[in-house]
Amino acid sequence: MKYMLLIYSTEPAQAPDPAVLAPMMKAYEDFTKAVHDAGVWLAGDALQGRASATSVRVDDAGARLVTDGPYAETREVLGGYYLLDVPDLDAALDWAARCPGSQNGGTIEVRPIREFAAS
Amino acid sequence: MDDGAAVAGVEAVFREEHGRLLATLVHGFGDLDLAEEVAADAVEAALLHWPREGVPRRPGAWLLTTARRKAVDRLRRDRAYAARLALLRADAERADPAPPPTPGDDDIPDERLRLFFACCHPALPMEARTALTLRCLGGMDTPQVARLFMVPTATMAQRIVRAKRKIREARIPFRVPAADELADRLPGVLHVLYLVFTEGYAAGTGAALQRLDLADEAIRLTRILLRLLPDEREVAGLLALMLLVDARRDARVDAEGALVLLDDQDRGRWDGDRIEEGRTLVVRALTGGPPGPYGVQAAIAALHVEAADVATTDWPQIVALYDVLDRLAPSPAVALNRAVAVAMRDGPAAGLALLDDLRDEPRLQGRHLLPAARADLLRRLGRTEEAAAEYRAALTHVDNGVEREFLARRLAALGGDGLGGTGRAERRGDRAGDQ
Repeated sequence: MKYMLLIYSTEPAQAPDPAVLAPMMKAYEDFTKAVHDAGVWLAGDALQGRASATSVRVDDAGARLVTDGPYAETREVLGGYYLLDVPDLDAALDWAARCPGSQNGGTIEVRPIREFAAS
Repeated sequence: MDDGAAVAGVEAVFREEHGRLLATLVHGFGDLDLAEEVAADAVEAALLHWPREGVPRRPGAWLLTTARRKAVDRLRRDRAYAARLALLRADAERADPAPPPTPGDDDIPDERLRLFFACCHPALPMEARTALTLRCLGGMDTPQVARLFMVPTATMAQRIVRAKRKIREARIPFRVPAADELADRLPGVLHVLYLVFTEGYAAGTGAALQRLDLADEAIRLTRILLRLLPDEREVAGLLALMLLVDARRDARVDAEGALVLLDDQDRGRWDGDRIEEGRTLVVRALTGGPPGPYGVQAAIAALHVEAADVATTDWPQIVALYDVLDRLAPSPAVALNRAVAVAMRDGPAAGLALLDDLRDEPRLQGRHLLPAARADLLRRLGRTEEAAAEYRAALTHVDNGVEREFLARRLAALGGDGLGGTGRAERRGDRAGDQ
């Protein structure tokens, strides 16, 4: 069963101190290696910051509406994701708890991937 | 055998067997909906056959065999469903390779522990956890559960449907957490049972003070859990707590249905058997390791029932236990109860000083507990005007009718001038009875 681990956190106002960033990057590398080694990794990426976000919407007349900024103006932003293949929710939650994204004030939302029956 | 007795017999057997039957079926097929459907089919078959042929010697085994046969039929008819379940099974085996079955009565493995952990899973909303536990393990139907929680059946049905959908879609597993996860997960299960019990013991809303069916059911389910996890001391502690509190149920309410405080309870009406069983379990809960929060609360309840009256209750020991509880599981309710115990040990003024520290506690705002406790201590200090103000504050927040009546009576009994109109009207009749 596939689960998406959506990593949310508050984006720092300025670029973080390298002394803070280095151990964080190391923690993510370790986690990524662990999900690879366990054979549960399908995909995973970090996203550029919210300042880089652009939202698109097409109205009923077919006109394209492009706006600067993320879809939801919330304090916590989606910063990255992992797509994992594990047996059940408990296993997905265990991985989410090990991921640096759920620590240090961050939150990970775990969502099962919807499977459509092959026709 | 006449039909009425047979039907009652089937229902009694079913209530007892339902949790085990359902748990075994869920484990076998990996799907709660299918398990519920064929369990209901099996009961329908029992209602048809047992009145004519008599209740079988092993009713649980009969129900299981019948339900399994129904499930095989169902899966034969619906290939797509069967394929989906087969996929589920393969994944489940990957997560939880063939555990040794726990033998129950009738040689049917007892799989109920899995069902407890699934129904009480932290990924489900709390109100769904209590409802699912009563339904799956207590064998109640949705209208019964709805009645107990005093919500419309449609509301409860929706809650249960949503929870079952989440179990299916997010794939919440039916498995017992490994030994190293148990410390994390067991408190969640105990909390659900505790909530069912407290909802029965001190109904939050409504006219009756106690809803005994819920308290009984919570005790029954906790007994089952203790049989399944005999070495978990906090399960023993929770059962002890429930029994020791429940032992006082008959004395908590008078003939008119009004609340009777501990000071005024007729201790002869306490249930001796429950107290005995509870005290034995407290010892079990507190032996062989550091105490847990339920064990400590049970010990406090035991001290209350062991005393001949409120005056000779061991208040220093109770305060000491609240200190332990405050370290293990700090909460505003614990701080409030500790303050009341300190008032009993050192006098109302000492208790009042501690309650003052809780004034800004957000979790006590909008509730009657703090003003009611302050009112009582102010009353005992003879600070009548302030006590009346606190009783009035408590009355604006209390939801339970019996508790409201009690607070109104206390307010009326304060006497003096400047009280509300209703208070004055009730004052004369109630003053003597309250002392």
